[in-house]
Amino acid sequence: MVNYAVRVADLKVRRGGHEVLHGLTFEVPRGRVVGLLGPSGCGKTTLMRAIVGVQVVESGTVEVLGRPAGAKEVRSRVGYATQSPAVYLDLTVRENLRYFGRVIGAPKADADRVIEQVGLAPQADQLAGDLSGGQLGRANLAVALLGAPELVVLDEPTVGLDPVLRQELWTLFHRLAEEGTTMIVSSHVMDEAARCQRLILMRDGRILADETPEELSAQTGTDNLEEAFLRLITERETV
Amino acid sequence: MNPKVTLATARRILDQLRHDHRTLALLVAVPALMMVLLRYVFDDQRTFDRIGPMLLCIFPFTFMFVVTSVATLRERTGGTLERLMTTPLGKLDLLIGYALAFSVVASAQVAVIMGVSLLFLGLTVTGPLWALVLIALLDALLGVALGLFASAFARTEFQAVQLMPAFVLPQAMLCGLFAPRDSMQPVLSALSDVMPLSYAVDAMSDLTVSSELGAGFVADIAVITVATLLSLLVGAVTLPRRTP
Repeated sequence: MVNYAVRVADLKVRRGGHEVLHGLTFEVPRGRVVGLLGPSGCGKTTLMRAIVGVQVVESGTVEVLGRPAGAKEVRSRVGYATQSPAVYLDLTVRENLRYFGRVIGAPKADADRVIEQVGLAPQADQLAGDLSGGQLGRANLAVALLGAPELVVLDEPTVGLDPVLRQELWTLFHRLAEEGTTMIVSSHVMDEAARCQRLILMRDGRILADETPEELSAQTGTDNLEEAFLRLITERETV
Repeated sequence: MNPKVTLATARRILDQLRHDHRTLALLVAVPALMMVLLRYVFDDQRTFDRIGPMLLCIFPFTFMFVVTSVATLRERTGGTLERLMTTPLGKLDLLIGYALAFSVVASAQVAVIMGVSLLFLGLTVTGPLWALVLIALLDALLGVALGLFASAFARTEFQAVQLMPAFVLPQAMLCGLFAPRDSMQPVLSALSDVMPLSYAVDAMSDLTVSSELGAGFVADIAVITVATLLSLLVGAVTLPRRTP
């Protein structure tokens, strides 16, 4: 049994001639909800792409479920949802999930299970292109949950959702984590951080902090995570 | 490669087309209408009998090229390609899935063009009908394979549409439709020799004049098949799992 879902060591990534990740090192224990937080453009998406194995990396290693990221044998055990919905707009929600389910090798009933999980049952037979932005985002999220993956990587899954739905999704993330799934969830909204069991704060391609919300509050002397983030940045800049 | 995933992909692409009635109607009807148009442009049965079969291979080739390059480009820009790359799907599963799905569409297209040409436009072909159908279908597949390959060079829909003239027009001009291949300038004739569509047109023109399928026919079919497989393989190479 591997204790870590993800181990990243000295990861460097260049995009468009610039280094965007400057040697990241961290580990993600299994069965946790881990928040990847930081302002837009800080490298969250690039890091997530490296974890799911679709990012060309400059140097360093990314190990996922005990194997190199993107290795064939881990691809069916990792679920990934990009920030902009990656589903076929000219297929219905159910057709989309049936297809991705077949590709992953998930049981046939899985499509309906995940539709239920994200609360899209009433829209299951609507074309994805006819859904509202929030519904489309949930369809996108549902694909990542197919086949009960051991690691789920979600890029800003709660953007544009109403507070009730956001609450429901966070409850779902925690339930999945209790069942043993590791959830890596990115957000640029600091108040989502409080819902995570562990936080990785990023800025300009570097990790500012990697701890629990409680540790972060204790260290910075504030319960307000937005404020904690600011204090961390000022601290770094004065050092 | 996994046959289950390949078939699921082909089915998904057909499902997408099923929801898009207009594209389906255009795909099936437009080439047939073009044949009708041509018949009356020439207004001479003998010329039509000579040119018609050549167009039977150029039309499916062109239409499939355009449809495939745009469809795969949408897959790239829509993020679904990246998503598929994080799954166990193999690159050939995707490419062969596309080839299978579009062959189904191509069959319908070829059936309608042939039906209209033979029943209403009085097209007469000396060679066997199945050989005609075979070449037309292989040609459509060649269009699919080249379209998949070409879409690797396009980043936007604008570019994808421009690739059609770049890949298809030279082949159409040099394939023997406008001038016999052996009477061309040596440079053009050599170019024509390396373009797969030329062999399809050669095979078609042989069928119009002779009822015998000789070694030349088999060789033409082999060249088209190899060119199709080669473009599919090169297409797989141009489809990286990791992108910058």
